[in-house]
Amino acid sequence: MSSIIQFVTRLIQGQSPSTEVHKFNGGVHPTGHKEESTTHQIAKLAIPEKLTLPLRQHVGHIPKIKVQVGDHVLKGQMLAEAEGTVSAAIHAPTSGTVAAISDALIPHPSGLPDMCVTLVPDGKDIWTTLHPTDWRNSTKADLVANLRSSGIVGLGGATFPTHIKLRADGKSHIHTLVINAAECEPYITCDDMLMREHADEIIKGIEIVQHLLGAETCIIGIEDNKPEAVSAMTAASAALANTSVKVVPTLYPSGDARRLIHLLLGIEIPHDKRSTDVGVQVFNVATVLAIYRYVVFGEPSLSRIVTVTGNVASPQNFEVLFGTQLTSLIAAAGGTGKDTTHFIMGGPMMGFDLPSSEVPITKAANCIIAATPTLFAPPPPAMPCIRCTRCAEACPVNLQPQELYWFSKSDNFEKAQDYNLFDCIECGCCTYVCPSNIPLVQYYRYAKSEIIAANRTKEAADLARERNEFRLARIEREKMDRAQKHAERAANIKTETSKIEENVAALKTETEKAVSSAGTDEEAQKLAKQAAIAAAIERAKAQKLATRPAEVKSADSQENPAAASDVKTTAVTDEQAKQDKQALIAAAIERAKAQKLAAASAGQVPKNTENISSSAQAEISEIDTLREKAKQTISSKESN
Amino acid sequence: MNRSPYITDAPTVSIIMLKVLLALVPGIFAYAWVYGGGILVTISLATITALVSEAVLLKIRQRPIRPYLSDLSAVVTAWLLALALPPLAPWWLVVVGTFFAIVIAKQLYGGLGYNPFNPAMVGYAVLLISFPIIMTKWPAPLILAQTKLGFMDQLQFIFGNVMPAGVKVDAVTSATPLDYLKTQLMLKHEVSGITQAPIFGMYGAKGGEFVTAAYLLGGLYLIQQRIISWHLPTAFISALAVISLVFYTFDPAHFANPLFHLMSGASMLCAFFIITDPVSGPTTPRGKLYFAAGIGIITYLIRVYGGYPDGVAFAVLIMNMCVPLIDAYTQPRVFGHQE
Repeated sequence: MSSIIQFVTRLIQGQSPSTEVHKFNGGVHPTGHKEESTTHQIAKLAIPEKLTLPLRQHVGHIPKIKVQVGDHVLKGQMLAEAEGTVSAAIHAPTSGTVAAISDALIPHPSGLPDMCVTLVPDGKDIWTTLHPTDWRNSTKADLVANLRSSGIVGLGGATFPTHIKLRADGKSHIHTLVINAAECEPYITCDDMLMREHADEIIKGIEIVQHLLGAETCIIGIEDNKPEAVSAMTAASAALANTSVKVVPTLYPSGDARRLIHLLLGIEIPHDKRSTDVGVQVFNVATVLAIYRYVVFGEPSLSRIVTVTGNVASPQNFEVLFGTQLTSLIAAAGGTGKDTTHFIMGGPMMGFDLPSSEVPITKAANCIIAATPTLFAPPPPAMPCIRCTRCAEACPVNLQPQELYWFSKSDNFEKAQDYNLFDCIECGCCTYVCPSNIPLVQYYRYAKSEIIAANRTKEAADLARERNEFRLARIEREKMDRAQKHAERAANIKTETSKIEENVAALKTETEKAVSSAGTDEEAQKLAKQAAIAAAIERAKAQKLATRPAEVKSADSQENPAAASDVKTTAVTDEQAKQDKQALIAAAIERAKAQKLAAASAGQVPKNTENISSSAQAEISEIDTLREKAKQTISSKESN
Repeated sequence: MNRSPYITDAPTVSIIMLKVLLALVPGIFAYAWVYGGGILVTISLATITALVSEAVLLKIRQRPIRPYLSDLSAVVTAWLLALALPPLAPWWLVVVGTFFAIVIAKQLYGGLGYNPFNPAMVGYAVLLISFPIIMTKWPAPLILAQTKLGFMDQLQFIFGNVMPAGVKVDAVTSATPLDYLKTQLMLKHEVSGITQAPIFGMYGAKGGEFVTAAYLLGGLYLIQQRIISWHLPTAFISALAVISLVFYTFDPAHFANPLFHLMSGASMLCAFFIITDPVSGPTTPRGKLYFAAGIGIITYLIRVYGGYPDGVAFAVLIMNMCVPLIDAYTQPRVFGHQE
């Protein structure tokens, strides 16, 4: 019906179809509340007495701190440098002294503190040496590499490090640059005011970004509730060929990147692809301006425009240094009216409650709303879902929120994923239109976090299992190697021992002959001594051989002195007894080792069980059967 | 804590139900004008029964009573059932039907939002099967009746089963056009002759077609208010029209024309008020089309070939059973996904 009316209106107004936007499903029309904060120009907030700079102000890795407590830093000096691919630097917003590097409360939905650098300004506001670039005569790679030190992140609220989005990935060619100036959330006007006051600089920034991306065209998408911004940008964009302003109807969430690309270009980005895969890159207006300032003047990201609105005396936009306490900002806006309960960061559709007013302004802080129960009434108790499908009609992703709710509520996460839970952008349209006041988005956030947590646990378990399997295989392999070596050695020892036995026997007969043929006792004793020494040497050889594989270090150290004295009678029997003893000790040690290994690796088969006693063998075979059983249960479980 | 969005703009369930009740008002007035004020008594009886049984069941189920009673869903069920019953239904019939609808079909399944079957139609089907004679005996419209019953007479009949002195029940009741058509066709008469009987009006039943028109009016209001989507009534009306047109074109002597089917029986009540129950219906746009078209076709088949003069209740219940299947197979394409 509405499309017919639109068509007729177009016919009457004679609009050309080229300005037509490509609609997405659903969307909602919340009251804008934007007029309140657009009556004043953007005001610059004075340098506060203390700046608290959270290290984590962006998506990605926490940057590496480069200063120490007590250091004096200059305005624009890097306090922490980007570490890893996805990371962004943090700079000193003014000159001063680093007072602390410690945990402090940050503006995050969790309400948990995080690492912050506290800077006490010296009031002089002295710049560090800046390095402007002649971007037209620089290589793109150098420019992008430089931008890594700029600290610039997506200022629309996503805070994704900008230098990564400008990097040429070598895969896809960017043909269109989309500038996101839709600002579809109610209350927020920071981009609107920025465009009204800085249109020329934004266009210069667009020129740089377009150059870096190699994009042929640029489209600036602005909602039709910002006529001043539209005219300012249209006038400024005349300076740039292939850059145009396209007005999109006011409809939340037009500012969502995928929705905006669809509105402007009619391209529906596949759910598993990025915009760059279809040749489109999206930047927020404020981000583009920050890029301009960094490239042309060398100024890193030190401040942003923040809308302060809601129940404050003078709702307006401020240029605020990062790290400024929210309380100073609120004071600058004339303080809060009575009944203010708390502050919301972001818009009323996707924002969150700040844990306290003692939090710093960060790169993500586009809007601060002083909330009262009148402005944001607590929702009435939720009623059961009546499947009216208003949520499905409002969903910009064309999901079935009522089904997702059902599956999330009943912890049926598999089904929720089948119904594309992860395509949900948490825009809040479904909750906005729900007659039963069901906090639908909360259910989806819960289900998503549960699924992510479960996946992490599963990945960790898989990794652990893989590692353990590898370890078992390694132990098995080592065991096999050892068993083989042992068998070889055992074979060697056998042959050598028999040789020695022969030698000893020969010695014995020789000695006996000599003794019997010897004339005197003295001679006989001498001969016996010689024989004993020879026997001892042979014995030592045999001992050495026997102990080596079993690693027996002091098998029979006490026996050698005695051997010489009674060699006459016991030379041979002694030798045999000792060999038996050694064999026994070796076997015992082998058995102990086998048992130990068996216990350690839950039933590993010792392959060298030939030399050990029958009881040990029985034990080992018992362990073997246990192990087989365990293996079978595991494999049957896995196959299930 | 992240509990956004902080703002909403949605009518509450109570407002939605209230608008449905409001949309029924023209139909009720037309009904009272055609069949007498007795319907107001029936509606009141059904409403009281519905609220009392809902409250008792909520108490037993340990659910808060006030929010669930004030959602008005029980009242909507009561009104729809009352409007589907014959105008001179005895009080106990109304009570039994409503009790069944609220207790068995709704609360025992888990209350609001959990009933797989349309409660009003469950109540109606139970009564139709249990008391077929009373359920198919409709009074002649006042404009046709030889003896006109006043409001007090109707009240006496509803509560005491007593007719004014000298008046027999048969004198005030007659077959409905759907019923009459069916029996006459079985007696080998032709449609053109049958519809000459005085009970036939311009399109449907004499008098009854005004009620039907009033329902249509209320239904359009609901679409305008975005309480119901256009899919359901459009698909139902189209399906009923197309199937009756096919049969009518094929053999006009034995099959009534599409307009007769659309303006007779519970067609319009069904199209805008009964099949639009969101809880027991499908949720996808395409599913709604299939669901409503299925009801239209089954209704026609029961009317023409079935054992009952009208088939709306059974058609709705049969299609209610298919809802999970319909929903599963008609999921719309998600943004960024292939069909």
